[in-house]
Amino acid sequence: MKRLPWSLIVGGTITAILIFAAIVSQFWTPVDPTAINIGNRLKGPGEGGILGSDHFGRDELSMIMAGAWVSLGIAFSAIAVGGLIGTVLGVVAASERGPFEALIMRVNDVLFAFPPVLSAILLAAILGGGPVTTIVAIALFMIPVFARVTRSAALQIWARDYILAARMSGKSSARITLEHVIPNIAAQIIVQIAIQTGLGILTEAGLSFLGLGIAPPTPSWGRMLADAQTYLTIAPHLVFVPGIAICTAVLGLNLLGDGLRDLTDPRRRQST
Amino acid sequence: MRHIAQSLVGLIITLLVVSFVIFLVMEAVPGDPAEIILGMSAAPDTLAALRSQLGLDQPFLVRYSNWLIGLLQGDLGDSYTYSTSVSQLIGERLEVTLPLTGLAALLSVLISVPLGVLAAARPNGLVDMFASLFSQIGIAVPNFWVGLLLILGVALTFGWFPAGGFPGWDAGFWSALNALILPSIALAIPQAAVLTRVTRAAVIEVTNEDFVRTARAKGATPSHALWRHIVPNAMIPIVTMLGMQISVLIAGAVLVENVFTLPGMGTLAYQALAQRDLIVIQNVVLFFAAIVMGINFLVDALYTVLDPRLRVRR
Repeated sequence: MKRLPWSLIVGGTITAILIFAAIVSQFWTPVDPTAINIGNRLKGPGEGGILGSDHFGRDELSMIMAGAWVSLGIAFSAIAVGGLIGTVLGVVAASERGPFEALIMRVNDVLFAFPPVLSAILLAAILGGGPVTTIVAIALFMIPVFARVTRSAALQIWARDYILAARMSGKSSARITLEHVIPNIAAQIIVQIAIQTGLGILTEAGLSFLGLGIAPPTPSWGRMLADAQTYLTIAPHLVFVPGIAICTAVLGLNLLGDGLRDLTDPRRRQST
Repeated sequence: MRHIAQSLVGLIITLLVVSFVIFLVMEAVPGDPAEIILGMSAAPDTLAALRSQLGLDQPFLVRYSNWLIGLLQGDLGDSYTYSTSVSQLIGERLEVTLPLTGLAALLSVLISVPLGVLAAARPNGLVDMFASLFSQIGIAVPNFWVGLLLILGVALTFGWFPAGGFPGWDAGFWSALNALILPSIALAIPQAAVLTRVTRAAVIEVTNEDFVRTARAKGATPSHALWRHIVPNAMIPIVTMLGMQISVLIAGAVLVENVFTLPGMGTLAYQALAQRDLIVIQNVVLFFAAIVMGINFLVDALYTVLDPRLRVRR
């Protein structure tokens, strides 16, 4: 029995707790996360709920749980869209080569020039802020990220002897891509999904912080921090709680990605 | 040289495509700029007059090419809400954003390169453990949260640096610089975390190369081999990462400027959005995108300087 990398265990545990909290929040939270209770305003941790309460007396723990659902939902949606398009572009570029590949890489350069905050500002001018703007802005940036990773991974597979054998046996390049290339780069794609989900959560928090993300009263970690800014000196716990939540979530996903990489890439395992 | 010329042509084509995409997106924005400027109650003929003054009654492609010609001449048009030209507005805001991002990039290199090199010099040593802890946490913290923590823990507690705002460079070099210290630290920490990781990996990889063994066999001391043979050869991935991170730095500037209420480019874009000042959004977004692509081009060109082998190969 191989020993699992510690990063996989720690990262996997944090991610599992995060997903569990997000799902549970849809059925149960200690208090309704949108319930306003002015009598319970700006209470510290312990006095008004386990993690305290905000300027409307809303329960921080409940908001963090509900915020996990929003963060993960937006990050996963963005990856489902951007990751899929990027992966398809990457494997097609690797199998077709030539002018088509050059065109795809050029499109990637264009997309890469727009950090999510910029595309979100552009999109918000048309659509206003909200989940769609956030998801599209993050997804647009994920396309070149996934396209680059899958293209270079797929190119390495295409250089292998067994691809030559598959070609000799008369398989089309589409079939080779589906039967040989994608299964062999799947591990690298999964690693990217874990790491990019972390980045997606960071970006979502940033966009909500700017007020371009999901609209109130739906709780969101980024907006909790934006609200906390007003009460920095009176209620510093409002800065710590959502910040630590974001940090832990991203850290967990990054560790999970690292652990998966160590597990699936034998070269890395030897070197570490 | 041929490679550089080729990628320069590529850069110009990409810039054209990007500008077209931005123009197209702004075209889809609901609402009429003339109405944004004059307000909902303006008379129809006044609106029509302003529209023709702004050239809004002309066909799409004519307006697009007018914008491009203006760009080449440095004339970006006038802001809808600020009574000044967009180019002047961008110029003023750059006085904040440029030093802010520059300082952050410098800080991140000053933190990450020594830390990454020392970590790689003794893998699994004490420094290495600290470096990997720093990079794991640093990558996971949002820069705007670091900003809030710095305001709370440094600005409000010790009062060494202002908690926000920018006095302008006219108020004196040091007081202006002082206002940028905490924001640039907030911007630099996540950056430094990524770079530390890349530096460590690059140095370890070069350490295993044959020429390092040769240098050591010829009597080079470990530290001589490290700083004179290994580190210069590890610069390529570090510079590449720094170039790729420029887009992250610019995106981060929008957030950090917001936290510290700095009147920079990010705040400008954000306020323009709130005021529906479309012409400002259009130009600021293009400006940011052009910087990202320009820096990536420079990094690409730098390769040939940093690694003579590439001059022959390409």
